[in-house]
Amino acid sequence: MNEITQRFGRPLGACFILLVLLWLAGLVLVPNLTMLDFALRPNLPATQLGGPKDGYSFDNFLYLWNHPSHGWIFLKTIWSSALVTVLTFLICYPLAYWLGQVSTPRQTSALLVLLTVPYLMNEVLRGLAWYIILAFDGPLNAALVHLGLLSEPVRWYGDGGVLAGMAYAYLLFMLLPIYNSVSTLDHAQIDAARDLGAGTLRIHRRVVLPHAKVGIATGCVFTFMLAAGSYMAPALLGAPGSRWFTQLIYDWFFESGNWNRGAAYGVTLLVLCLVAVLGMLRLFQVNLTSAVK
Amino acid sequence: MTDMPIATANSHKPASPLRHRFLASRLPDVLPRLAFRLYFVFFLTYLLLPLLILAAATFNRSSFPTIVPWLGTTDMWIAALFRDGEILKALGSSAVIAAGVIAISLPVGTAAALVLTSLHGRARSVLYAMMVSPLLTPGVVIGIATLLFWRKVGVGGGVALSILAQSSFIISFVMLMVAARLQRFDRTMEDAALGLGASRVYVFRRILLPFLRPALVGACFIALLQSFENYNTTLFVRGTETPLTIFIASKVRAGLTPVINALGLMMMVATVIGAVLWEVVRHRKRSTPGAGR
Amino acid sequence: MTNTVSLLDVEMRFAASLAIRRMSLEVRSGEFFSILGPSGCGKTTLLRMISGFLQPTSGKILIDGQDMRDVPANRRSTAMIFQSLALFPLMPVWENIAFGLEVRGMSKARRRQEAERLLELIALPGYGERMPHELSGGQRQRVAIARALAIEPKVLLLDEPLSALDLKLRQRMRAELRELQKRTGVTFIYITHDQSEALAMSDRVAVMSAGELQQVGEPLELYTNPATAFVAEFVGENNIMSGTVIDTFGDYAVLEGAHGRFVGRRSATLRPQMKARLYVRPESLSVDRQETENRLVAISKRFDFEGAFATAHAVVPHDSDPLSVQLAIPHQHLGQAPDIGKSFVAGFSRQDAVVLAHE
Ligand SMILES: Nc1ncnc2c1ncn2[C@@H]1O[C@H](COP(=O)(O)OP(=O)(O)OP(=O)(O)O)[C@@H](O)[C@H]1O
Ligand SMILES: [Mg+2]
Repeated sequence: MNEITQRFGRPLGACFILLVLLWLAGLVLVPNLTMLDFALRPNLPATQLGGPKDGYSFDNFLYLWNHPSHGWIFLKTIWSSALVTVLTFLICYPLAYWLGQVSTPRQTSALLVLLTVPYLMNEVLRGLAWYIILAFDGPLNAALVHLGLLSEPVRWYGDGGVLAGMAYAYLLFMLLPIYNSVSTLDHAQIDAARDLGAGTLRIHRRVVLPHAKVGIATGCVFTFMLAAGSYMAPALLGAPGSRWFTQLIYDWFFESGNWNRGAAYGVTLLVLCLVAVLGMLRLFQVNLTSAVK
Repeated sequence: MTDMPIATANSHKPASPLRHRFLASRLPDVLPRLAFRLYFVFFLTYLLLPLLILAAATFNRSSFPTIVPWLGTTDMWIAALFRDGEILKALGSSAVIAAGVIAISLPVGTAAALVLTSLHGRARSVLYAMMVSPLLTPGVVIGIATLLFWRKVGVGGGVALSILAQSSFIISFVMLMVAARLQRFDRTMEDAALGLGASRVYVFRRILLPFLRPALVGACFIALLQSFENYNTTLFVRGTETPLTIFIASKVRAGLTPVINALGLMMMVATVIGAVLWEVVRHRKRSTPGAGR
Repeated sequence: MTNTVSLLDVEMRFAASLAIRRMSLEVRSGEFFSILGPSGCGKTTLLRMISGFLQPTSGKILIDGQDMRDVPANRRSTAMIFQSLALFPLMPVWENIAFGLEVRGMSKARRRQEAERLLELIALPGYGERMPHELSGGQRQRVAIARALAIEPKVLLLDEPLSALDLKLRQRMRAELRELQKRTGVTFIYITHDQSEALAMSDRVAVMSAGELQQVGEPLELYTNPATAFVAEFVGENNIMSGTVIDTFGDYAVLEGAHGRFVGRRSATLRPQMKARLYVRPESLSVDRQETENRLVAISKRFDFEGAFATAHAVVPHDSDPLSVQLAIPHQHLGQAPDIGKSFVAGFSRQDAVVLAHE
């Protein structure tokens, strides 16, 4: 506090502190606490608010726990998000390594432009592209049937479609952090390992992967969080059988009008993401400051 | 040491009967390279083909956007785009929200970075965790938390609430970008200006702010993109407003026509032009360092 | 002569450590005053207190007779030149120089004019439009000085401004700084840990060690009359003999150590039985003196010819505590230099030796 008013003078320093407080309190902390408050109260008509029935309980959470399909959808969301994370990692790692260690500067900048342009565009447009590709009488089915790989068209919308669309949507969040950390590895280390007789796999396992740990942690944290919290891909590319947890939240808010239960589902999602983030940071032994830069 | 020259001599021997063995021994060398080539092609296809298909479908006469079957080439969808009042309205709505987000998140994000870098030790890491937490919160959760709290204090869904909800995490992006630049700021510069008689406010305006300008321009750009493409958060706080992403998504499931593709095409073109201009400007700046003020 | 800067019982305490021990100091107006001391002894801290970036924990700082307690850095009549120079990288040279005038609301035309005048002063006319990164190290140095002089400070504070330069340039800038100070008549307070720099440039020098003021005086006085053992060892080269004071008479003390009995000038506080050291400069130690006291028998080991002088390195043999000594021999007396490996007698006059208390 003191250091800030001393550095910028009292009026300016106070102004900065005020802005930060307004942000953290008004847009981050208090809204989340309000959400928790809602989650712990029953959904009552306006006349009964503050009445005898208006008290704290875990009913909304228990509802999720006891519901025949919602708990299942929750678990499936976790599982699928983890799958998306692993999938994007596998897709991105070789390229990130190539960009960070092998490519010439020209190739690097050309590829980085190629990579970022699709991502400067709308997330929904990226989803739309896959919506068109995966359509029942769309280009993917047409091509596969034409090549004789399929005897008749397949319904892609559903789990497969959601997975493909998500991996596509969050590719860059995995690629860039890994590329950044791989590129700080001194190539001499790889040469030294090879000189000592290590094979390609061993070099990656013992030298490159440990060095790129922070980037991988960052990529995984963000991809998982974005996937678990995504509404767009499942809404566009899903089928009735592939509902996502976020869709349940949306339905509580705007279909069933039960905001309290929706808030409880939201809190559940938030806690899941926090646990996943902290768990992954612990797993990779990376601290928050170096993971989010 | 001694058997090295022998090994090289052997490998130079023209051994035609041993040719297949020679190839076999090279296979572990060639195979990864070949695999990488294949992977590289697959990656670029995965990355770019969806966008090409999205763009190509604009020119198909078919009233559902697809490229199979091709019903004839037309530019009628592009013409239709410019006559579509709804789209223009959605675009305007997105622009207003983005302007509001920039107006809030640039000053607050800058203040946050300044406050953060003025602190040390534990206070700093606690504040840091709070400041990046919105980036680790699913967009859906930010949306509902903002909605629940601000509804309570009388601000309902709409443009204002969309601005607040998006700012909540876009400020974090701005903060990170400004803080990264601040790390390279030499604070004796502030002392030097003070020692020459400048007031603290003047030092901030004349020394610190110009130094931060590149980061602020970049942050402005990122804020604009993030705001424009946001879907998950805006979905919950939009009220009856229909920004662009919401509009597109709503059309995908009901009444999708290639007009949306035409819109996507326009955004792609704008993005590519923007990216190229950005690169050109950056290049020019680097080649004439004296003009960097 | 009036004092521009006075420190009265100033003390500075950081959370854990005492950076400046209670000290008082007077800097006269128009003088080139150096503060000399090893790294970490508190020089920068002292300067930052004078310029107003730090408030002393206790004590008073006066500038031109006025108490500076509640006067912030930007309203003091001092200007500081930082070790890193801290030129503003985004402003061209002339804007850098005129920054202090800009702050004071001078019109742009007059600022330009003033900047040109200062560019002349530092011998860089026509460099106004350059950016700082387009200048050489020495030029940047001079711009920093011009920027500080532009606000016509009463006192210019310089924190090791030459330490980043190479040797040749450093020597040239020393002369330029000295000359500039003479021409402008501004009081300079100059920090350095390089004793030859301090001796060469300054009217007076303050020697500091571990937050404590050791001695203030003219360069010659520091050299010939060091007040403390620290000053004797830090300023210039010295031959050192340790021992115990066995007698004092008049201005002199007799020291007895492993290598014999020696007589030298003493400080007023020196008493018999105190542990002390005797210091004698290499150029005061000479071969074959016809004196009865202060004689050493040494064996010549090495001989370094350095132009005007040659240095003879020798050892006074002793079972447990052999003593290394150096003699500076002027080149016209090289004939008297002892042969390597031979033993010889060296002596010094009691006038040229100083005995100082030493724990
Ligand atoms: N802000 C501070 N907080 C705590 N201790 C400090 C602070 N500034 C300086 N010190 C301590 O005070 C002592 C003197 O520091 P100072 O910077 O004045 O040394 P100096 O003589 O300028 O050294 P150098 O020649 O290396 O620049 C040091 O021990 C330093 O660690
Ligand atoms: Mg210092």
